[in-house]
Amino acid sequence: MNLQVNGIDFKYNGHAVLRDIDFQVEKGELLAILGPNGAGKTTLLKCLNAIHRPTSGSVIISEQDVFKLNSDEIAKLLGYVPQRVEAARLTVFDTILMGRKPYIKWRVGDNDVRIVASAIKMLSLQHLSLRCIDQLSGGELQKVSIARALVQEPKVLLLDEPTSSLDLKNQLEILHAIKNIVKGHSVTAVMTMHDLNTALRFADKYIFLKDGQIFAHGGQECVTPNVIHAVYDVHVEIEYRNGTPVIFPVEDFSRSWT
Amino acid sequence: MHFHDGEIPAEYSKHIQAKVAFLLLSLLVTAILLIFSIGTGPVSISATDVISTLFGQTVSKQFDLIIWNIRLPQAVTAVVAGAGLAICGAVMQAVLRNPLGSPFTLGISHAAAFGAAFSVMILDHGTMASSNVGAVTLNSPYLTTAIAFAFSMVATFVIIGVSRLRQATPEIMVLTGVALGSLFTAGTMFLQYFADDMQLAAMVFWTFGDVARASWQDVLIISIVTIVSFLWFTVNRWNFNAIEAGDETAKGLGVKVERIRIVGMLISSLVTAVIVSLLGIIGFIGLVCPHIVRRIIGDDYRFLLPGSCIVGGALLVAADTAARLILAPNVLPVSILTAFLGAPIFIWLIIRRR
Repeated sequence: MNLQVNGIDFKYNGHAVLRDIDFQVEKGELLAILGPNGAGKTTLLKCLNAIHRPTSGSVIISEQDVFKLNSDEIAKLLGYVPQRVEAARLTVFDTILMGRKPYIKWRVGDNDVRIVASAIKMLSLQHLSLRCIDQLSGGELQKVSIARALVQEPKVLLLDEPTSSLDLKNQLEILHAIKNIVKGHSVTAVMTMHDLNTALRFADKYIFLKDGQIFAHGGQECVTPNVIHAVYDVHVEIEYRNGTPVIFPVEDFSRSWT
Repeated sequence: MHFHDGEIPAEYSKHIQAKVAFLLLSLLVTAILLIFSIGTGPVSISATDVISTLFGQTVSKQFDLIIWNIRLPQAVTAVVAGAGLAICGAVMQAVLRNPLGSPFTLGISHAAAFGAAFSVMILDHGTMASSNVGAVTLNSPYLTTAIAFAFSMVATFVIIGVSRLRQATPEIMVLTGVALGSLFTAGTMFLQYFADDMQLAAMVFWTFGDVARASWQDVLIISIVTIVSFLWFTVNRWNFNAIEAGDETAKGLGVKVERIRIVGMLISSLVTAVIVSLLGIIGFIGLVCPHIVRRIIGDDYRFLLPGSCIVGGALLVAADTAARLILAPNVLPVSILTAFLGAPIFIWLIIRRR
């Protein structure tokens, strides 16, 4: 078991945001956290690497209790790709090098530079390596952000809606890259997502969050019209195309607009 | 994760070498400016004589006197104060993630000016004494300095206090700083309105930042705080880089963002307060200089911090030399020149931005 989450509760200003979150993910698995806006998806992600300190519960990665580690040690176990990255006048190479920060004592070592060069190759960013990140497109910036998280050499990768602002081609490219890394390097990835169809295509496991609690959890079998209706309040049908499930909303919205 | 196919790319090594070359070059330019500044004045001294005197040889008794007692302290003050103000500006811009971060925009300089005015008026420490340049002397300059310092630290603690009460976000800090700036300006104007001629002259004179004011002891104080803060800032260069990429990214990399933000503000305010209370208000170096360096070598704080320091020192010593020459034999306080040059440079930088 690579990632084990036990009974996480999180309160913000006395108001319970997450209640009793329990789940486990294996090495080489991609977990999608799904649910409507405000269900607590991003909050849950930030609880896993202690950006938010949960009120109770624990997160265990490779037998280490995350909440008992210092911030550098946490950053060596969990790489975090936030939804928004500020673009500075910093080159792609130096931005990715920043991911070595938990390891760098005083000087950047040759080893750090080699690891960054390798991550750049992994995400095919060689041609951009000395370009400043304020000149990149959304898709390129997202790849840089992922590479930056990878050079932290994490056991678990946390991604907050990695494809939310990307076009179709970039969405597919980024998710394929994530999937290849997860399988090829046996890391665990946890990502929040909005698009159910993309989630169905790429993830191995699913968690549906509703009002800060896990409503359903499991493999593809747990994604059913009933669950989706209960969580999103939308009627859907699921059809299979070449073995991949595809979700269609069947609600007739036109009536409510008249 | 396994990374084993990485090689050190030659072009990246070149990219780093270019930045190091920029730092070395600006260091050389600063040294040349320093020697030129020492040699320039009513009595011209050649560069070789300046260098020999600085290395302890006596070229002439007169040169010794001029260099060691008048020109060197002034030039060194300019370099050190310029370096200190510039690095504080760079760090404020880093921790506030705001290009407008500077001692000026955050009300710290205004608080110091209010403190000086308060000392002159209420504690009655300022009088006007006529000398050949028509300057003003303060009865006890060190008390005025101490009170100016105290008020800038009050401003700093209010900014930090408010942001601790709410959240240590850049927006809250900047807004609080702007509000404090106008509050202290209003306070200074109130005092000036009720001041008599001599007090008013002393207050206004104090706000003209001038590096000629510093004694060797002042130079020592400014140097110590600048060097100590430079070390702390350098230790945190990766933290500043991470914060530049956003609070979320930084937190994911194990950076204690709120703590760095508060300590960074505290230290840069302290250095600014020391410089401003000893020399008066010298505007725009803290704001403009980091932006000039950013345009040349980018936002990487590993190079931006030393770069701002060196270029800040060079700019202020150049400005001070120019201020002494422009209306010779009249000598302008350097702050007038930095404000005159700073504003157009800043607007030019904004326009040139892509």
